[in-house]
Amino acid sequence: MLFFSYFKDLVGQEVTVELKNDLAIRGTLHSVDQYLNIKLENTRVVDQDKYPHMLSVRNCFIRGSVVRYVQLPPDGVDVDLLHDAARREARGG
Amino acid sequence: MENLWGRFCSRATIFSSKLDRIGSDRIRIGLESVTMSWAGPEDIYLSTSLASYLDRKILVLLRDGRKLMGTLRSFDQFANAVLEGACERVIVGEQYCDIPLGLYVIRGENVVLIGEMDTEREELPPHMIRVSETEIKRAQKVEREAGELRGTMRKRMEFLDFD
Repeated sequence: MLFFSYFKDLVGQEVTVELKNDLAIRGTLHSVDQYLNIKLENTRVVDQDKYPHMLSVRNCFIRGSVVRYVQLPPDGVDVDLLHDAARREARGG
Repeated sequence: MENLWGRFCSRATIFSSKLDRIGSDRIRIGLESVTMSWAGPEDIYLSTSLASYLDRKILVLLRDGRKLMGTLRSFDQFANAVLEGACERVIVGEQYCDIPLGLYVIRGENVVLIGEMDTEREELPPHMIRVSETEIKRAQKVEREAGELRGTMRKRMEFLDFD
């Protein structure tokens, strides 16, 4: 629940999603859901030459189960807020 | 019909998770979820639902590396999907081939990514060559055997190297 809320606050930011199959996609975070499925807009693949089939894809839906990393802008994170939220979640959960 | 079922399921999930609500920040999240559950058709533009891709040409990447293309006709909360006029795009090096498959139901657990293909853009780089099915299958076989040979050679080298 914590990361769902956290990602909801990040909607509109530029992120790079690295998948378990090593594909990395950069795009604007459009939406996220409880399974941490991600919808990205204005996408471009990081290593475009290696993935020619992705050329015409500009919006995509990424299943949460295949995400390895979500790379965020360093100033897009309020670490203290996240820290407090995690402590509250650990205590209350 | 699919949208109604999807919305019913999302409401049922939200109801059961609402029962766990304690703490003001969670109630805030609960209210947000309730707003989403009563979302009208225009709110599909804000959610992670696949509804915005319905009746559009999409590319589905599967866990085994396959690339399927087709028109999205149906989906559910597991990302199961029905693809009409599906074809598999096989790419080997600079060669590619689209193998027609017909009507496909894809189980969501195999889905990596569903991408909306922009019809105004080039699907592939212009230097790629379209070949026949037999040709691409031959190219795949060559690539697979080369990969296996590299694998066995590496195993032999690793066996000899005790560092």
